[in-house]
Amino acid sequence: MEEALIDWSRIQFAVTAAYHWLFVPLTLGLAMVMAIMETMYVVKKDEFWKKTAKFWMKLFAINFAVGIATGLILEFEFGTNWSNYSWIVGDIFGAPLAIEGIFAFFMEATFFAVMFFGWDKVGKKFHLASTWLTGIGATVSAYWILVANGWMQHPVGTAFNPDMVRNEMISFWEVVSNPVAVTKFFHSIFSGWMTGGVFVVGVSCWYLLKKRETRFALSSIAVACLVGLVGGVATILTGDSSGVHVAKYQPMKLAAAEGLEDGGRKAAFSIVPGIEMPGILSFLATHDFNGFVPGVNDILLGYTSNDGERVPSVEEKMYRGKYAVAALEKYREYKDTDSEKASHMLDAFKKNEEFLGYGYIEKAEDVIPDIPVIFWSFRLMVGFGTLILLILVLVQFFHCRQKLQNMKWLQILALSAIPMVYICGQTGWVVAEVGRQPWTIQDMLPVNMALSSLSVGAVKATFFIFLAVFALFLVIELRIMLKAIVLGPVIEENSGNKVESGNGEER
Amino acid sequence: MNMKTLMTYAFLQNYWWVLISLLGALLVFLMFVQGANALIFIVGKNSEQRRMMINSTGRKWELAFTTLVTFGGAFFASFPLFYSTSFSGAYWVWILLLVTFVFQAVSYEFQNKNGNVLGSKVFQIFLMINGLLAPLIVGALVGTFFTGSDFTVRKEVMLQAGGGAISTWGSCWHGLETLLQPLCLAVGGTVLLADLILGCLYLLNNIEDRELENNIRKCLKSLWKIFVVFLVLALAFLFTREGYAVDRDGTVSMENMKYLHNLLQQPWLLVLFLVGSVLFVVGMVMGTFRKSRKGIWPAGFGIVMVVMSLFFLAGFNGTPYYPSYADLQSSLTIQNSSSSKMTLEVMSYISLAIPFVLAYIYYAWRQMDKKRLTREEMVKVEEKY
Repeated sequence: MEEALIDWSRIQFAVTAAYHWLFVPLTLGLAMVMAIMETMYVVKKDEFWKKTAKFWMKLFAINFAVGIATGLILEFEFGTNWSNYSWIVGDIFGAPLAIEGIFAFFMEATFFAVMFFGWDKVGKKFHLASTWLTGIGATVSAYWILVANGWMQHPVGTAFNPDMVRNEMISFWEVVSNPVAVTKFFHSIFSGWMTGGVFVVGVSCWYLLKKRETRFALSSIAVACLVGLVGGVATILTGDSSGVHVAKYQPMKLAAAEGLEDGGRKAAFSIVPGIEMPGILSFLATHDFNGFVPGVNDILLGYTSNDGERVPSVEEKMYRGKYAVAALEKYREYKDTDSEKASHMLDAFKKNEEFLGYGYIEKAEDVIPDIPVIFWSFRLMVGFGTLILLILVLVQFFHCRQKLQNMKWLQILALSAIPMVYICGQTGWVVAEVGRQPWTIQDMLPVNMALSSLSVGAVKATFFIFLAVFALFLVIELRIMLKAIVLGPVIEENSGNKVESGNGEER
Repeated sequence: MNMKTLMTYAFLQNYWWVLISLLGALLVFLMFVQGANALIFIVGKNSEQRRMMINSTGRKWELAFTTLVTFGGAFFASFPLFYSTSFSGAYWVWILLLVTFVFQAVSYEFQNKNGNVLGSKVFQIFLMINGLLAPLIVGALVGTFFTGSDFTVRKEVMLQAGGGAISTWGSCWHGLETLLQPLCLAVGGTVLLADLILGCLYLLNNIEDRELENNIRKCLKSLWKIFVVFLVLALAFLFTREGYAVDRDGTVSMENMKYLHNLLQQPWLLVLFLVGSVLFVVGMVMGTFRKSRKGIWPAGFGIVMVVMSLFFLAGFNGTPYYPSYADLQSSLTIQNSSSSKMTLEVMSYISLAIPFVLAYIYYAWRQMDKKRLTREEMVKVEEKY
């Protein structure tokens, strides 16, 4: 396969996925915030909370549409640009996508409509249930798509079928309970809560800075800061188990994220180049300060893992992979004519099946991903993540002491956490996805074998079409969002619970 | 493999073809949203009427969109070889369909918001373009089930040094060339007209406004005539053409009037097709020549039955549903393109949830659509597009 085709196909998918992830975390987090607010309204019967929830719902709706649109592009791109992938692993990968549609998207779509248009059409409780179901739908959807993604990082419950030339599912349970997928799900969901929390806290602090909508802003912060804090702490905890999984199943990704050339025991965690914490990397990766962490060179040359298992060198894996490919070819040649030879070849294939993917790797160094990109992305994610958590703690602390209103510096800091949380989300996915290169499916299918047969020109053209569309939508979305924020919620601040007349009636 | 397991696998494959047909048919039905949007400047004579139309379809667009996503996901899960072959091969057709839907998805939310850069009219034009193109393309793609396409499938490339793509497409037009075949155009045109009619019937049912009602009924009076022309052309092309047949060993060959034979050899299919057609006509007549607002129901059920029967016509009775004219033996059949038994089995359990999903959608919309949309509501409510 042409290098250029690989690159353009990758960048097309990467841009779509990254763009999609600008909208999804806010959907996940804001859903939680506004559902809590509407619950307050139903419980306390205070119109103020209804208006507050409605304002955030308006922003939710603006954000929601672009998320849906880009989700469709991602689904289609598997078929259009990664057709070998679609056939070779479609038997496992397709199912979560279909389940996502049946279980999550219809729930999201139906109850979003009730939530948005149904205020005067359905009862209070049905409406509240719809708001929660919209968020639950989004969350369930995240679960299934992360089952699919988790499987790409750590393929389980599958076996290669030599007659069909594809991987087939042998255990659905293993696929859905894949520990990598479960951790990824919680890590992503909670990072979404953090995003939603930070967004609402940041926007509310802007109102405080402008000395308007004070009651609205402080009440919104009360809910959102908690959501953000719970999300932030949980993101760190799940990030920890994520690290253990990466160390176990994708050691090259970990070595790249740490820029670790030569590994060893008591491996140090580098905060930035030059500043190191001895033993910490070993602890993070294996939960043992003395644990062995392989570096890039260990992986290339082979090593003995922490469980005492010998991991072959990449050259050896490639050799055995090519042997598996050759055995498979012979098997297919003999299977209708000479059953004895065929079964012999099948045995030879089975013995080397786990290295099949390496049969398509051209040289050993190709298994090393782009280290600087991953190294720095990881640091940006962790660094900003920690900073955001600190800001949220401060906001919570001073909000409880009712001092936040007069602390301009903290308000500015909270506002500036909004871009930070987006950088966290984006760089997190860069670590996860660029870190997996050159594999689309870890150790199973490299990118050069996953592509469609298309001209570079066609892929380039679609890339630029998508890029233009994305840029246009982003500009429009930001403008609409900013205008809606500047306009603010329609709440009469000084009149207690009294709200604008005309549409406040409930059944 | 013993007979029993073979039977079960065959059953699952057929079951999934039925589900895919159902999803495809529901998609064509729900594209009444697109049909109504395509007529936005014809039926909606002023901005007030257009806004009512948009708010009426705007509450259902996500159902059509979600059905498209689920249709894609289910096809991927159950017949992955189709997903890889057709999506990568007929590249430009799928990309075009995709782009029109992407523009549609944001157009509702953005069009009447402050700061939307392009102005509401441009977003209405996006909706109109999606309204015209989406049914046309979906219909034409269904047409390719019968005309065949220009592809080859070679799984052996996985075993060659340097690899390569398993599915390749012959024409550098990547699918656009297929759409221009007369049968594809005729089926595309028929689906478009059917969705335009369904769009009108839906608006009649969903909006209460005398002026708009008059415009719609007037429009229907022209639409049904064009619909009949396209339908007759499509049926004539389909039932007189040479079709693709697959024998028990999986060898594909050409057979004269294959699709007419399929219809006559499977009487249940003939009945499904005819009952569906009659229901659609009844719905169309109710909206066009009677004062009824309920035409969408019989027409909706009718279109679902007709589209399902087209899928059955393409896939059952020893027929490859996605034939290749470049290499007959590369043609995709229900048997050679499906997922493994395990996956189909798991997915079949999942599919038992579909009636439950349909039930809550029905319930939610019964609650939401108790009253028709009116001018007064458009003025009164805050939450609108």
